[in-house]
Amino acid sequence: MKPEELPILADKEKALQASKTCRLLYCSSTACVASGSGAVKDGLTRALKDNPAGKAAALAQTGCMGLCSHGPMVRVEHADRPSTLYEYVNGEAAARIVADELAGQAPAAIAPESAGRVLPQDIPFFTRQTKVVLARAGVIDPERIEDYIAHDGYTALTRALGMTPEQVCDEIQRSGLRGRGGAGYPTGLKWQHVRSAAGDKKYVVANGDEGDPGAYMDRTLMEADPHSVLEGMIIAAYAVGAQQGFFYVRAEYPLAVKRLERAIRMATRQGLLGKNILGSEFSFEVDIRIGAGAFVCGEETALMASIEGQRGLPRMRPPYPAQSGLWGCPTLINNVETFGTITAIVNKGADWFHGIGTEKSKGTKIFALTGKLNNTGLIEVPMGITLREIVYDIGGGVAAGRSFKAAQTGGPSGGCIPAEHLDTPVDYESLKALGSIMGSGGLVVMDDTSSMPAVAKFFMEFCVDESCGKCVPCRVGTAQIQGILQKVVDGKAVQADIDRLERLCVTVQRTSLCGLGQSAPNPVISTLRYFRDEYEQMLGAAASARAEVSA
Amino acid sequence: MITLTIDGQPISVTPGTTAMDAALANGIDIPRLCHHPDLKPSGGCRLCLVEVDGRPNPIPSCGLACEPGMVIRSQSDQLTALRRDTIDLFVSDHPLDCVTCDKAGACALQKYAYDYGITETSHDFKLGRTLYQNDNPFFIRDHQYCILCAKCVRVCDEVIGAHAIEIVDRGFGSHVATPFDVPMADSNCVFCGSCVQVCPTAALLPVSRLKQGREWELEHKKTICGYCGVGCGIDYRTKGNHIVYAQGYPEAPANGEFMCVKGRSGWDFAQHPDRLTHPLVRKDLARELGLSAEAWTLGPTQRAALADFVPVAWETALNLVAAKLAAAVKAAGPDAVAGLASARCVNEDNYLFQKLMRAAIGTNNIDHCARLCHASSVSGLGMAFGGGAMTNPIRDIRDADCLFVTGSNTTESHPVISYEMVRAVKSGASLIVVDPRQIPLTEHATLWLQTRPGTDHFVFLAIAHVILREGWADRDFIAGRTEGFDDFAASVAPYTPEVAALASGVPADKIVLAARMYALGERARGASKYAAESERGHSGIFWAMGITQRSNGTEMVLSLANLAMLTGQIGKPSTGVNPLRGQSNVQGASDMGALPDVLPGYQKVTDDGRRKAVAEKWGLPDLPATPGLTVVEVTKAASEGKVRAMYVMGENPMLSDPNLEHVEEALRALDFLVVQEIFLSETAQLAHVILPAASWLEKDGTKTNTERRVQRLHPVLKAPGEAKPDWWIVAELGKRLVALLGGPAVNALWSYTGTAQIAAEIASVSPAYRGITHSRLGDEGLCWPCPAEDHPGTPILHRETFTRGLGKFHAVATRAPAEATDAEYPFVLSTGRVLYHYHTGTMSRRSEALHWREPGGWIEINAADAAAAGIADDADVVIRSRRGEVRTVARLSERVQPGVVFLAFHWAEAPANLLTQDFALDPIAKIPEFKLCAVQIVAAVVP
Repeated sequence: MKPEELPILADKEKALQASKTCRLLYCSSTACVASGSGAVKDGLTRALKDNPAGKAAALAQTGCMGLCSHGPMVRVEHADRPSTLYEYVNGEAAARIVADELAGQAPAAIAPESAGRVLPQDIPFFTRQTKVVLARAGVIDPERIEDYIAHDGYTALTRALGMTPEQVCDEIQRSGLRGRGGAGYPTGLKWQHVRSAAGDKKYVVANGDEGDPGAYMDRTLMEADPHSVLEGMIIAAYAVGAQQGFFYVRAEYPLAVKRLERAIRMATRQGLLGKNILGSEFSFEVDIRIGAGAFVCGEETALMASIEGQRGLPRMRPPYPAQSGLWGCPTLINNVETFGTITAIVNKGADWFHGIGTEKSKGTKIFALTGKLNNTGLIEVPMGITLREIVYDIGGGVAAGRSFKAAQTGGPSGGCIPAEHLDTPVDYESLKALGSIMGSGGLVVMDDTSSMPAVAKFFMEFCVDESCGKCVPCRVGTAQIQGILQKVVDGKAVQADIDRLERLCVTVQRTSLCGLGQSAPNPVISTLRYFRDEYEQMLGAAASARAEVSA
Repeated sequence: MITLTIDGQPISVTPGTTAMDAALANGIDIPRLCHHPDLKPSGGCRLCLVEVDGRPNPIPSCGLACEPGMVIRSQSDQLTALRRDTIDLFVSDHPLDCVTCDKAGACALQKYAYDYGITETSHDFKLGRTLYQNDNPFFIRDHQYCILCAKCVRVCDEVIGAHAIEIVDRGFGSHVATPFDVPMADSNCVFCGSCVQVCPTAALLPVSRLKQGREWELEHKKTICGYCGVGCGIDYRTKGNHIVYAQGYPEAPANGEFMCVKGRSGWDFAQHPDRLTHPLVRKDLARELGLSAEAWTLGPTQRAALADFVPVAWETALNLVAAKLAAAVKAAGPDAVAGLASARCVNEDNYLFQKLMRAAIGTNNIDHCARLCHASSVSGLGMAFGGGAMTNPIRDIRDADCLFVTGSNTTESHPVISYEMVRAVKSGASLIVVDPRQIPLTEHATLWLQTRPGTDHFVFLAIAHVILREGWADRDFIAGRTEGFDDFAASVAPYTPEVAALASGVPADKIVLAARMYALGERARGASKYAAESERGHSGIFWAMGITQRSNGTEMVLSLANLAMLTGQIGKPSTGVNPLRGQSNVQGASDMGALPDVLPGYQKVTDDGRRKAVAEKWGLPDLPATPGLTVVEVTKAASEGKVRAMYVMGENPMLSDPNLEHVEEALRALDFLVVQEIFLSETAQLAHVILPAASWLEKDGTKTNTERRVQRLHPVLKAPGEAKPDWWIVAELGKRLVALLGGPAVNALWSYTGTAQIAAEIASVSPAYRGITHSRLGDEGLCWPCPAEDHPGTPILHRETFTRGLGKFHAVATRAPAEATDAEYPFVLSTGRVLYHYHTGTMSRRSEALHWREPGGWIEINAADAAAAGIADDADVVIRSRRGEVRTVARLSERVQPGVVFLAFHWAEAPANLLTQDFALDPIAKIPEFKLCAVQIVAAVVP
């Protein structure tokens, strides 16, 4: 394909969509599939087939519409009036929605608790979000490249190919984008490093090995808009001079893998991937590598070992992947979400992106909002928004009338933030100052029924399970920390155990080889910092008695 | 060089050096458990953390590259606290039962616990691993002591190339295992014990070490391994007159810390009850002479031998042998006597032996098994360069950019050299293997050119053709250093890759690729160590018996020499032409003149000046000037009655020589046969007198390994019974023969106080050894030529000029094997060795653990052929050639191609050399074509 053919394809798709009386979109992301969107699809299909006006309407799947706790969701779009969003849809409700919508009627009034009721789209859950990366999620059919192209798809690539690779790197650097995998390293700078590294052969890797409990940003993005990630990756390859790319996706994400495979196939067929992309001199190929269920493979050096076919163990850095990565060649590894951000920056400019967010954290961030909230789901918010806004406005407050106790960010590498810090702006530095991290975007809200030592123990069990075992602090240290936490929870710990716990946490943090071990103690350290009283209250009764005697 | 500071000490290092290596090289000891100088840094033990100015967190020094101006501290309160905490974690998962532990005193964790004052863990003691595995006689695996430093896994992968073990599971439950935890013997393990060598704790221990005492009770005795020609330095840990275990040491020049299974575990033969302990005389002869048995206490072999032999005193035996040899000389002239020296005996033994034959008896009829292995290398390289030995040292191999290996199953025959090759490949070198058999090295090969047997010469010539055609030749080198190029260039013109492909079955494009890789020294990846000094990468050629044991061996060697000269891949580090010598002292025995045509130092017997000079040193007016008989010729002469008496020192022609039926006939036809041995070998069984010798573990002296390195042996054990060092026996016979046969009545000529005195005489006779004395040979040894006492030795030959001046190209052509297959004998038989045994098995088959691993003979046959012949795996088969037949079991394998079978020559019960032919020798080197003969194979009728 030549660049000039792209708008023609886009117009053709737009015309096709405009020719329909309406478009019925049902969410086909993993969350909605789990709550029954398969039956919704069948219901919609059947109803359209039975309805004489059905042929004039279009039915399409989309990716995640955001409010996963209210799924399955269906949205109906009309050319001449605002769309309608339905929540908790099931097969029967689907038939009713088709009947109403094709008849051109406003949705019939139904009982408040029934399936398939209308969800207003002006609630804070939607209005307080800023969709940049997720702009097309829930809008386009992720399995049709035409739909993506009709929504400005691959225009950023065209634009980038018109720039020099240096200019692309500069643009990304000026945008202030930082890695969305959690560490927040400036993306443009990383690109520059790979670009300037010596070597003819270079690689680009998209890290889709999302492993934090409760986090599903990357999965959703790959499921809802695979081409945007792919396009960002192609632009990156052009910018750094790579010839080969890999998607590293965990095996638990079959739908994401299927959609990526399809996206790669479609893009290759259209000449957007492979030899001489868009008629240029630039060639780039992408393969998918499936992880085998090890959390540590999300760590970049372990991930590379896994791609190379070795046991997924982290290694020491330096050398960083930018110097010596896959098979010893310079390698750019970015998180899936980071790649997903690229097209918007290239299309709208670094200045536009730089205008969103805080001084040091630019743009938007996707969070998987879970826990004891009224609204849980996938949200995209500008950097700098406060936790309070996320919890109370977007999240709709703590569920079941309980009170807020803590927000856990960053998964097993992160920490717990108590109520007194709810007004902290969400950005890399502020969260770090609170003893947590931005992480990849998991955000779990706990109410006053949660026991914080138990929460810490939960995360430590996760780390013990997922430690690769290569270095002793992580292998043995986390197991010992877990042992102490178990004692605490069982009411068998004494003060000396808490002292040992704190010291051990620091040792593991300071001496572990990779990020997994270095951050594994964070949930313990942060709960000790904000909820020490809970630990102390759980010390063994016998122990306290002894303490009294000796005092 | 860059300069940095460690612990206040200014240190200069080359860029790329790690802080750990910089510290260790400057006497700063940083604690470490997973570091090993031969392995890539792992960073798992976290003990080597150091502080670096400007860096917020401590950094492991093993992975920290030095930078100019860096300020590093290896000791501080913070580091001490972190290290204490780390050791505390280690010992929470490791039993502190040091008081009963075999590793106590040699355990690295124990050392650091001591250094940092950790007496017990402050945590809850919790063991992650409790398996105890003793599934083999070489080593045990006691997982409770494992600290998961992964040194075993890394050495197995990075150095040995076996990758038999990995860490399985993860986190606290991780443990080291074979794939699917199959027994060691069913894994890729080659039992080299390198994992045991590097294990810092008691997790891996040699079986022989268990409950044999504490480390400090053991003596250290370093000597040179007596198996193959690599010449590994081994530190034997002994207690009393027993070896407890063998350990490598980093200073050993050929092998560093690593050895093969035979070196590490094959030493127990020395104290096998079968050892010969007393001189023996055949019963019929004893009766004839009226000798009666001495009242010795005898071992089982001697007791068994009593059916045929009578034990006698040394004096009786020596007198008898001298009298018999002298009688043969008097009756039929000195050339009626022939001697076989030994490539397993030290230089001093061999020197005296050839001196005995030449000076005391007066014949050049002396040869040894070099004739059967690298005679064609010696003749070919002699013609091309003026000297026939490995040109480059073993340690160079790891830095090569391209390795060209042909006719060498290096992994099994020279395992330690294969480790060097694996290291080169792991760091990015390309490896070209030209071999008909799928040898283990093909797993590491960048290119494997699988030829049909006997067609490899087409490939070599086509490679030369391509190099010339593509302009990859080194024109400057050819112009400045060589002669005969034009004839050679014309001779390779017909050998296009397509012609070679048709003949050999190797695709033409692979031949072109191989030509390019070799000529330009192209790496598979990474940068060349020599990038700064030379335009092309450095390529080396390596070969062994697959090239030399051929009726056109000399021509094949010339072809390989042509390739090196054509591309200038010689005279520089990591290049050269490198024949890998078989036996531990085959190089030295040849250097000593245990050959029919040369005196010590390859001085031709036909060169009057040189010969007379040597004669003068020996107090004689002259020495015999006609070249004597070679090994196979001796056999023929004996069967024809021309040779009447033979003296065999440490050789076993009854298994090692071709066409054994003929050999036996010849040996039985002799008037007198004396065999000097450590065991009652197949040859000794035919002897009139057997003289018991000391084994290599009981001797001193020097050996010269495959890289021409002269190294010193030191006795590790006491010789059993009355067994004596070979040089002593030879000298005693010398005294007696001089007395009987006349010659200069200088008894002093045969009076030696020890090997050092003999070595001094060698230095005075052989120019290449002139500067080599025992006192100069430390751990490093010396590579000859070493022409003066202040000369550092010559690890790399032909640097500025070839030994013969200009290198000489030879125009050679291909030639068909001497014996072709036909309808009756449709299979090609190739002979060779297996990893666990050595030569005729006299030593290795008496080692308990080696025997356990490979208890008996087998023939390798392609599964397709086996199916066609109705032969099942492990079934009895009979193999017949025009010379004889043997019976063994079939091992179905993809390693051999259809139409080819492979049988090692170790097995006395299935001697491959009953089948091999002796009618077609290489015309120059006189080496038999062991590698190719025609056989038939049928399923045996099981009685």
